[in-house]
Amino acid sequence: MTAVASPEIRAKYQAVIGLECHVELKTATKMFCGCVNEFGGEPNTHVCPVCLGMPGALPVPNKKAIELVIKAGLAFGAEIPNYSKFDRKNYFYPDMPKDYQISQYDMPLTQGGVVRFWLPDGTRGECRLTRIHLEEDTGKSTHAGSGDGRIAGSEYSLVDFNRAGVPLMECVSEPDIRSAEEAVAYLDALKRTFVELAVSDVKMEEGSLRCDANVSIRPVDAQTLGTKTEIKNMNSFKSVQRAIESEISRQIGVLESGGRIVQETRGWDEAAGTTHVMRSKEEAHDYRYFPDPDLTPLEIAAGDIEHLRAEVRELPFERFERYADGFGLSVAQASQLIDNPSLAEYFDRVASASSDPQAGANHVLGELSRLANETGIAVADSKVRPKAIAELIELVAAKTINSKIAKDVITRLWAEGGSAKEIVAKEGLAQVSDPSTIEAFVDEVLGSNEKIVADIRGGKDKGLQFLVGQVMKASRGKANPKLVEELLRKKIV
Amino acid sequence: MAQTAMEIAADVNARRRSAREVTREALARIERTDGDVGAYLTRLDEFALEHAEGVDARVGAGETLPLAGVPLAIKDNMCVRGTRTTCGSKILADWVAPYTATAVLRLLEAGAIPLGKTNLDEFAMGSSCENSALGVTRNPYDLERVPGGSSGGSAAAVAADEAVIATGSDTGGSIREPAAFCNVVGFKPTYGRVSRYGLVAFASSLDQIGPFARTVEDAALVYDVIAGKDPMDATSVDLPVEPTARHLRDDLNGIRVGIVREFTTDALPAVVADVYSIAYRELEKLGATLVDVSLPTAQYGLATYYLIAPAECSSNLARFDGVRYGLRVNGSDVTEMYEKTRAAGFGAEVKRRILIGTYALSSGYYDAYYVKAQKVRTLIAADFAKAFERCDVIASPAASSPAFRFNAKSDPYSMYLMDYYTIPVSLAGLPSLSVPCGAVIPEDGTRPMPMGLQLVTPLFEERRLLGVANAFEKATQHASKLTPQIAGARA
Repeated sequence: MTAVASPEIRAKYQAVIGLECHVELKTATKMFCGCVNEFGGEPNTHVCPVCLGMPGALPVPNKKAIELVIKAGLAFGAEIPNYSKFDRKNYFYPDMPKDYQISQYDMPLTQGGVVRFWLPDGTRGECRLTRIHLEEDTGKSTHAGSGDGRIAGSEYSLVDFNRAGVPLMECVSEPDIRSAEEAVAYLDALKRTFVELAVSDVKMEEGSLRCDANVSIRPVDAQTLGTKTEIKNMNSFKSVQRAIESEISRQIGVLESGGRIVQETRGWDEAAGTTHVMRSKEEAHDYRYFPDPDLTPLEIAAGDIEHLRAEVRELPFERFERYADGFGLSVAQASQLIDNPSLAEYFDRVASASSDPQAGANHVLGELSRLANETGIAVADSKVRPKAIAELIELVAAKTINSKIAKDVITRLWAEGGSAKEIVAKEGLAQVSDPSTIEAFVDEVLGSNEKIVADIRGGKDKGLQFLVGQVMKASRGKANPKLVEELLRKKIV
Repeated sequence: MAQTAMEIAADVNARRRSAREVTREALARIERTDGDVGAYLTRLDEFALEHAEGVDARVGAGETLPLAGVPLAIKDNMCVRGTRTTCGSKILADWVAPYTATAVLRLLEAGAIPLGKTNLDEFAMGSSCENSALGVTRNPYDLERVPGGSSGGSAAAVAADEAVIATGSDTGGSIREPAAFCNVVGFKPTYGRVSRYGLVAFASSLDQIGPFARTVEDAALVYDVIAGKDPMDATSVDLPVEPTARHLRDDLNGIRVGIVREFTTDALPAVVADVYSIAYRELEKLGATLVDVSLPTAQYGLATYYLIAPAECSSNLARFDGVRYGLRVNGSDVTEMYEKTRAAGFGAEVKRRILIGTYALSSGYYDAYYVKAQKVRTLIAADFAKAFERCDVIASPAASSPAFRFNAKSDPYSMYLMDYYTIPVSLAGLPSLSVPCGAVIPEDGTRPMPMGLQLVTPLFEERRLLGVANAFEKATQHASKLTPQIAGARA
């Protein structure tokens, strides 16, 4: 059982966390054969002699996958050595067709780099990367009859090799993360970056992102690291957060009760909300890595690296800084845009055509997103050109129209496209700011609402907003609401 | 003398004979003699006749095929779609390959007729064919003796006229040694010249497919068909392949033949050593100059090989686990199933090499064994490169003795020693062949047994290699001086 430590006790400890993320790459074909790389499908239909590990079959590396890993590394400022190789990681498992996995041991495709991230409250953090290497995924086992879905005690197991040989990139971080929230923020940063670069779909539910966490704790003033445990089986960002929190609490509990942390691999149990021992350090495999003799070493030309570097444009974190620090958008707005790259691109076009990016974000994330949800058409695919929104922003800023009319104009733009200015002109939607014109509407409303006027004079100020509404209605929304209120007050007093 | 592949292809292309007729004769020949020889593990009579019909149709339509109608034996570690591919092992005794090896595909495409799959030491590990779990193959020149290995079935098939050409695979001498034992030509091209796709791996960095034939020209003809880059094999070399078969020299004028100081024949019995002394003099008579060259690190070849090859094999053979194909012996859980399957499925030599290899790669020993062996391998290759600054081709014995009697090599090391001359060449990846060069009557026998001369050239110098061998063969005609023991041979 995990006892929840008091805040005072928790404050005595610092958590030290490193993450190992497996990310399935978005390539057309598998890593070492021509089979389609696609989630799902009838079991064992996306297979061939190579990814089934048939006798005599040989691997041929997928160039695109190598490029995607290099791109991922470049995104985080990693070093790309000009020489790399594939190694065999030897161990027996029924869903691993060759009983070895082609992976990379001591010469990964990328080394070093830094992942910068932001937390929901806007604070920033960073975590160094150790390396990113490329390997092949295994198949998927289903164990029947064991109750808990594990191989031990199962009656029989079924294996689906559709996933076997899918290119898998492993991102190993340094132990720079200090909390469960930071871990999730780090994962968000990876996810956003890989989506931006079209490196992966990064769907934890479909297993295209899998994450293990190395967790240890130490007294806040300690310089050395505590003994770590490795947490596995987390299948959502939420469960990563819960699992790490649970493990930190467990470790604090062990130390507080005079115990000792044992180096081991622990599995996260989503239902129980706790981790349990999977295997101890002593049971660790000797993988007998050695260079795969079926694959020649990779020589990566400097020119190719530069070519790939040119394809890495603005990254999510840079975009976040531009939005939050440059434009003053809220963390939520900035995150929302970044998580929808086509919307963000649309927003950027609006922002560059207008002088008020904040207003642009309000329109894009407000009315335009609402219409997109309603109609099922993405904002970027709609008839509304970013220039029209920029015009609209200028019209509101110049007080030519008010924000209510602005919404109506957006609806018109959504339906018909065209220019905001033209719609406003054609429909006579320009705001009326001429006091004499407004006065006529005001007098009309005052004349037919004598009781309310009397109430206001008697101190019941509530009625004023009703009268403003009535004047607006009479002017078909075009009157400048501020002027209306001013005039009403003047006349009633 | 039976027809060569060159002659058969010429006849079939000119429609003087049909591929079907050639095939029927070959199948009849197998029927008569293979009971004695035991070259084949699986016969493909139906497939052969069907394929022959296809070849006749293509020739009839005006195509000229380099191997039109040429009877072919395939070592049973190469996949042929829809047929059993056993590797001479109980673990794959009933495994039917779902695809065809690239080299085989190219041979079939070139018009060769697949007669069957030939016996081998289990997973190509051995030098006598005695490690096969599925059958005994006898040497056609003395049925009491081994055909050599591991490609013993292929060598015996060609020697017994049960095929005109055959495929072999050579990791440390598995084509050259049985060729020497069976009085045929056996040729291992440069590593990477021939695709390994569909060849069941023993040691991936050493395995190479090559031909057996009765003449150097025929071996060249097969090589021309199977050599070249294959997109399915990342280690196959993307270099142009110059055609060899019709471009072979028949003199040795200006050729410097290196005789390796460390490959002294002093330790061999005098009668065996004499065969080589005579062969070297024959090379001289053809215009060659003999030069003394040194391969100081070659003596470490065997030790190096028996770390690298088992290391790779321990990983390559892991897939035979009972999960997806091949033998399965059930256990109470998956680990026990693995253990029982592999215990029952693999023979002693395969197990020995898996154990050695697993040990050599294990944590704490990797640097001392595997890494060091790789370093020595580099030194051996450098020694060859240096030797080739002084000569054009290196000559040596192909094997340490002529074919021996069954069960004569009871300890593994004495068996390993058979490949003393071939293994360093394999480690260096060089092209090399064995061509018949004489015979001796062994002390424990009465029939003269053939011997092979190993020739080696620098990387990718296959045309030079085959040319030197051709000149030697044409001038000496050693192969035709012996008669196989089996009835009706060379009728």
